[in-house]
Amino acid sequence: MTQHHQFDAVIVGAGGAGLMAALHASKTANVAVVTKLYPTRSHTGAAQGGIAAALGNMEPDSWEWHAYDTIKGGDYLVDQDAAEFMAKDAIDAVLELEHLGLPFDRTPDGKIEQRRFGGHTANFGEKPVMRACKAADRTGHMILQTLYQNCIKQKVNFFNEYFVTDIIVQDNVCRGIVAINIADSEVHVFHAKAVMIASGGFGKMFKVSSNAHTLTGDPVAAIYRRGLPLEDMEFFQFHPTGIYKLGILLSEAARGEGAIFINDKGERFMEHYMPTLKDLAPRDICSRYIYEEVRAGRGIGGKDYVYMDFRPEVINKHKSGPGGKEVTREHLEKALPDIIEFARVYLGVDPMTQPVPIQPTAHYAMGGIPTDVDGRVLADNNKIVNGLYAAGECACVSVHGANRLGTNSLVDLVVFGRRGGKHMAEFCKSANFPPLPASAANDTIGEFDRIRASKGTERAANIRNDMQNLMTNYVGVFRNGPDMQKAVDGIRELKKRFKNLKVDDTGKIFNTDVLESFELGCLLDLAEVTAAAALNRTETRGGHAREDYDKRDDVNWLKHSMAYRTDGKSDVAVTDCAIRFDKKPVVITKYQPKERTY
Amino acid sequence: MKIKLKIKRFNPEKDSKPWWGEYEVDVEPTDRVLDALHQVKWFQDGTFNLRRSCAHGVCGSDAVRINGQNKLACKVLMQDVVKKDGDTITVEPILGLKVIKDLIVDMEPFFAHYRSVMPFFVNDEPAPADGRERLQSIVDRERYDQGTKCILCAACTTSCPSFWSNEEYVGPASIVQAHRFIFDSRDRAAAARLEVLNRQMGVWRCRTAFNCTNACPREIPITQLIGEVKQALATGEIK
Repeated sequence: MTQHHQFDAVIVGAGGAGLMAALHASKTANVAVVTKLYPTRSHTGAAQGGIAAALGNMEPDSWEWHAYDTIKGGDYLVDQDAAEFMAKDAIDAVLELEHLGLPFDRTPDGKIEQRRFGGHTANFGEKPVMRACKAADRTGHMILQTLYQNCIKQKVNFFNEYFVTDIIVQDNVCRGIVAINIADSEVHVFHAKAVMIASGGFGKMFKVSSNAHTLTGDPVAAIYRRGLPLEDMEFFQFHPTGIYKLGILLSEAARGEGAIFINDKGERFMEHYMPTLKDLAPRDICSRYIYEEVRAGRGIGGKDYVYMDFRPEVINKHKSGPGGKEVTREHLEKALPDIIEFARVYLGVDPMTQPVPIQPTAHYAMGGIPTDVDGRVLADNNKIVNGLYAAGECACVSVHGANRLGTNSLVDLVVFGRRGGKHMAEFCKSANFPPLPASAANDTIGEFDRIRASKGTERAANIRNDMQNLMTNYVGVFRNGPDMQKAVDGIRELKKRFKNLKVDDTGKIFNTDVLESFELGCLLDLAEVTAAAALNRTETRGGHAREDYDKRDDVNWLKHSMAYRTDGKSDVAVTDCAIRFDKKPVVITKYQPKERTY
Repeated sequence: MKIKLKIKRFNPEKDSKPWWGEYEVDVEPTDRVLDALHQVKWFQDGTFNLRRSCAHGVCGSDAVRINGQNKLACKVLMQDVVKKDGDTITVEPILGLKVIKDLIVDMEPFFAHYRSVMPFFVNDEPAPADGRERLQSIVDRERYDQGTKCILCAACTTSCPSFWSNEEYVGPASIVQAHRFIFDSRDRAAAARLEVLNRQMGVWRCRTAFNCTNACPREIPITQLIGEVKQALATGEIK
């Protein structure tokens, strides 16, 4: 029996973007936040280093420099108007967070403290600048908690542990969502004037990832299956400093405090590659050079990892600390408590006395659901989908282009969550409820019944493992045509195997067996689009590095990619068709693309 | 190493009472207990359920009892709990909250207690005239830092004998969350929160058992923070 609800606005996802949108939208609209977790479990809480805003509390800074850094950091694929909005709004957004109670670290004169971070510079690339507003190395946790606390204060409606399976879009109008109550498997239809998707990333398509198990991109797959495009899916960021083999992230903040990369010979190799910014170069660049060192046989013990060294004496010897100043062990333990603990707990390594083994880890989706600067979802290069919004990692505005700078994600969430939330609220004031198709939940019910009744031989975990291996091996930091083709072909094989699933749990209460199978279906679709998009783009740019096309090609490729399913169908099941690619212009206002050196 | 997992199972649709499931898994010493639990779920018995997300101790989803002690399953390494082939560990749901299925408990009462202490920033004075941040000294910021680390995992509350004996007790986690605001120099609702806690099922139910402090995966000195709230009530001063 399907249950029905009606709200002016429904927000899918309760991370930083979703909660920020909820706080603003619920001031005037009747809002429901629907999340497959409890809100404080959202992955925003794992973000560590800081949130970038040109407050200028420690040294002179300007939003124009922040916008420029973002545009250059994205290898010029960033929509420059969006980057300017983000850099400008960032200041206000961070101050709003403080007014909401966020416990930022403080300077001696009581202002919000800021630290250096990769790719953030003063005066258009002259030197590193302290722009990342921080709360120890758990800034994301503080943001998530603060936003959730204020949602409680404002009595926002939450539907927790509801798994969204479908976004109801018909005739270019969004009408609501379909979700399953995880507690009892009941299907719920939410009728709404406006829907915002803020469901985060989908890094679980890779084997070694910083992402949570629950980051499977279900609503992103849902709108792709409905025939809407996904933008720039080939651009996936590999964060340089994941804990070796585990993928757990060690924040870039460590390098902001002076940590450096060293190879088997004890050399600070980033000095040769990037003379100005060195270890504070953007993430895609660091990840590539780490792999260059590994390929040249200079990985530790000849293996596939290098060290990140943040012992105080090493930082002081290389004068890599902030402003070239000396650092003490005491200071580092205060500034980086959580990541020091990660190294101790998971590696048994004490970063204060030993260097830490690190390797690039799949971390962030620059691409996703295409939107305009107010978070409205695009049906093609120009047309807006009526009443549909997206914000946060799942969206592609595009502010990150081909590579995201550290601390720009937390800004993205808060700025575009707010913009989208406000726009949705205005929209709801004058919009009527669009008619809801009677059959809205049928697809979901059908697909879940199919999975539950599945009597095949394949365990979902094996298919997922195979997918993750394909993606990590063939669509990783360094890519080439034949390998990416193997990935695309391999994933298509896996989709066939997916039809032959073996499911153990046929019950209704907390059936995570069936849910994880559905999640796997979503990941397979997103992995296929990612691999196909990577194959499609014949150049190297930002996080997409090809050995067979190793130069940036602005003549042919200074464009966003848009991926569409080709069969004209619209359903909730795993797709089984080719993918059509189109190109979308990049908005360029001030900065003509130049060679990206640091 | 090949080790044995004894997991407390319960399926409300099939079982009249809980039972012990026994599973053998092959693990590395540096694998997390969560990894071992996943091996059971993914390869042996898909009906086995648990909550988890980040897998590195920041989201608070996977608080469970391992060998009788409340822990986050993703923060305990196998080498912390077993030594050699054939060793066994037991994994059970946390106590004091109703078991829904296997390791999944009803978190609603826990979150209801949390909401009852006004766990949000209150300051209705106008924001600074220049629109900038309210100032806070480093010392003032430090004062309430411990409470900001809380991830609402419930390991503390569900390790507390006072909570086991009476679920009306607001519990250590709620008191920690209240402390974070009471001692934040920018906040203005300390008195209101203290009033909420100044009752039998509020802070006065704490018997200083220290289980909470032992259980906390974030190493928050919970008993001390609860003591500070008691002191604020007893002296009428917030220091």
